[in-house]
Amino acid sequence: MSDSKTINSVGELLAHARVMETEAYECYQDLAEQMEVHNNNEVADLFRKIAAEEKKHIDKVNARAGDDDIPHIAPWEFKAFETESHGLTGAREVHYMMTPYHALSLALRAEERSYDFFTQVVETSNDEKVLEMARELQEEERHHVNLIKVWLDKEPKPDEDWDEDPDPPVLPT
Amino acid sequence: MSVQPATKALSARDFKSDVKPVWCPGCGDYSVLSSITKALAELGLSPEEVAVISGIGCSSRIPAYLNSYGFHGVHGRATALATGLKLSRPELTVLVTGGDGDGFSIGGNHFLHACRRNVDMTYIVMDNRVYGMTKGQPSPTTEPDWDNSALAPAGTGLRPFNPLVIALASGANFIARAFSGDPNGTAQLIVEAIKTPGFSFVEILSPCVTFRPDQREWKTDVHPSPVDPTEDIGRAARRLMTDDGFNLGVLYSGHRKPYALNFDASVDSLSDLEQQFAV
Repeated sequence: MSDSKTINSVGELLAHARVMETEAYECYQDLAEQMEVHNNNEVADLFRKIAAEEKKHIDKVNARAGDDDIPHIAPWEFKAFETESHGLTGAREVHYMMTPYHALSLALRAEERSYDFFTQVVETSNDEKVLEMARELQEEERHHVNLIKVWLDKEPKPDEDWDEDPDPPVLPT
Repeated sequence: MSVQPATKALSARDFKSDVKPVWCPGCGDYSVLSSITKALAELGLSPEEVAVISGIGCSSRIPAYLNSYGFHGVHGRATALATGLKLSRPELTVLVTGGDGDGFSIGGNHFLHACRRNVDMTYIVMDNRVYGMTKGQPSPTTEPDWDNSALAPAGTGLRPFNPLVIALASGANFIARAFSGDPNGTAQLIVEAIKTPGFSFVEILSPCVTFRPDQREWKTDVHPSPVDPTEDIGRAARRLMTDDGFNLGVLYSGHRKPYALNFDASVDSLSDLEQQFAV
């Protein structure tokens, strides 16, 4: 990570954390709505459950700021993941017939990316306060990754024909 | 990066309506919707300061999903509607949203003249190179050899419409290309487009996962443009000659003065208005 990508203050770190958690929370909510619209209620409920976990993270980030204002950063000024936007980059890989296994796999990738972000901060920042906060956030993300893994282990792997639709949207050629 | 005090009252979420989108899960238009709301929030606008006008098609459903003023209009006529709106309500930030079929086929003629008139608005086209809502017919931007449609089994064999070339030749004052897989980069381009006076055109490559599942590969095809934006039309034209269709970023940002009414529109009665047109 170059110097321009280094987090220089606790406020900046919390701003990044809040953007990341908020985007994840809203994306899970959007995915839940998508699944509801397509009558995949089992996965919709799961996305809402994951969104609720994300909401706890947002609340914790806000609580850490205390009475201080968390600075605003534009979404495109996020200091990591240059090739792809932060948040749920797998969100465009969802399917209306996806299973809880797919949903949790997507969530796991997202949580691992969040963990990687805080790991980058820990590895690159020279500010003691930033390092201390980043380690805490990193630990929270590790917990979240493990939680998703536990949930994922309980789900059966989908059959090979999981996306076979007896009434497909595509006209046969 | 500039870190600023948190003074913004509205978030991107505040620009979303309570209507749930009915697009296919995985559709690029979800990301574009997110990019638009982020852009509006970053600009510090409020929903009542914004009007979003659309035509017909999957992507043209966007006004329903926004909390701003909206008009889900007639097929291909969105830029015409928006032109009238902007001229009569110049204080509004006017966006036009739609797809490649709506904008370049049914609305092709309106597209040319919207570029030429250079009214201050931003036209966002979600280009998926297919008519998705009507089950996968080739559109003006479809590749000539795309033959995965029951309605064009051997492909169209037709040269695709090149939106950026047409926009530049017709007089658009700001021209850019984005990719829905990068919603934050797209939001940034939309902000630039809105802030640039005159007619701004943003082509957003937005995959149709149902009828063009091959477009999932676009995430590996797109790349940032290797050159900076130019204000020189000739240079922009030369760049387009080597464009592979996947260069992202601002191609051209000019300085044409936006079109404005040259008569007094603040009339009280129809007869007053008629007087202005009297010969």
